[in-house]
Amino acid sequence: MSAMLALYVREVRLAVRVGGGALMGVLFFLIVVSVIPFAVGPDLNLLSRLGPAVLWIGALLATLLGLDRLFEADRDDGALDLIAGSGQPLELVALVKALAHWTATGLPLVLAAPLFSLFLAMTPETIGSTMLTLLVGTPALTFLGSIGAGLTVSLRRGGLLVPILILPFCIPVLIFGVSASTAVQFDPAAFHTPFYLLCAVSLVAAVTGPIAAAAALRGGLD
Amino acid sequence: MALSITALANPTRFLGLVDRAVPWLAGLTAVLFAVGLVLTAQSPADYQQGETVKIMYIHVPAAWLSMFTYGLMTVSALGTLVWRHPLADVSAKAAAPIGAAFTFLALVTGSLWGKPMWGTWWVWDARLTSVLVLFIMYLGLIALWRTIEDPSRAARPAAVLILVGSVNLPIIKFSVDWWNTLHQPASVFRMDGPTIDGSMLTPLLVMALAFTLLMLTLHLLAMRNEVLRRRVRAIGLVTAGGAR
Repeated sequence: MSAMLALYVREVRLAVRVGGGALMGVLFFLIVVSVIPFAVGPDLNLLSRLGPAVLWIGALLATLLGLDRLFEADRDDGALDLIAGSGQPLELVALVKALAHWTATGLPLVLAAPLFSLFLAMTPETIGSTMLTLLVGTPALTFLGSIGAGLTVSLRRGGLLVPILILPFCIPVLIFGVSASTAVQFDPAAFHTPFYLLCAVSLVAAVTGPIAAAAALRGGLD
Repeated sequence: MALSITALANPTRFLGLVDRAVPWLAGLTAVLFAVGLVLTAQSPADYQQGETVKIMYIHVPAAWLSMFTYGLMTVSALGTLVWRHPLADVSAKAAAPIGAAFTFLALVTGSLWGKPMWGTWWVWDARLTSVLVLFIMYLGLIALWRTIEDPSRAARPAAVLILVGSVNLPIIKFSVDWWNTLHQPASVFRMDGPTIDGSMLTPLLVMALAFTLLMLTLHLLAMRNEVLRRRVRAIGLVTAGGAR
């Protein structure tokens, strides 16, 4: 257990220090959100209606684009082989690494979302619901993404391949996340069903993601 | 003909079997297509849809085969991960482009059928969207195989991804029951028997059988090509090493 805690602390530290790129995701998120009004026009009513969808798309892309380094950096310097050979179950390692990655890159996205939602003229209820769905949903994106990161760990140019492989599996997260966020605008009671489904998707992803990622890593390591 | 699945692990024995089976399979496919197309031409026009209903005889078998091929790949992926069968990966890799082609055919014929019937080429309905996701997953798998140079290294990652992607199969199958869709629900494989008339069911089933045999023929040929391609690669590596 203490080994896992040490791994978690190490991962978070590596991510937030220079060269870790933890805040790069938030910056990318900001840029996606501020580019959308140029594409759809500065109509505040329209932006307010699209707001949750825009935030979700931004968070999805920001999460997926940062994922190719999840295992790659550790593989390049040999740390991954040491971790794999330490006798700890690889599934647990993948889970802890994904959790640490989410703490460093996913959580800032959730915290930044209310600020960025002001650009999109969103109402307070929608801001709250969007933040809540992002908090529950972005871990699912990281767990699913860890499968892609595991699959492409041994590749030189795996960068664009991870989003291609993983985006289809993120569609349920996006559907339930956006429908729960937007439901609040019309009927607060309609929030619960998609929100609970989103929680379920996250829990399933927390189990299947690390198992599949560990299976993929075993294939890539030997 | 007492060839077990273990005996087929020998590629040479497998290639021998392919050489013997393919002429029969290809011949049977051609005969079934000939019969199926004649039956299709003779089948009655729908009282509402007119002659456009005949798109069904291509669309439905292609859609079935798009899922059947993924199912075959899922079994092959299990063969790679669980039994380490050397031909399982060859089978999965050879099936992917065929499955993608059938999925594409199902999407295109569905679109052509949707324009006169629904008045639109495309709707974001659960069945159509889940089949589009299947198509994207086929392409992603092909991209993964094309990115990893050494085929033996690609086997396990691809098998993992195939297994994860197989969750989409039940979603496609039941999408018409779980959500309100423009796409009609199942009318052939139902608990209470088919609701489609015999005059249309017979040509449909013949066409479906023809499509299945076509898929098996193409799959065996693609597997043979893949085995030979890997041999060429191995020989190339050996000669390159010898020249050094």
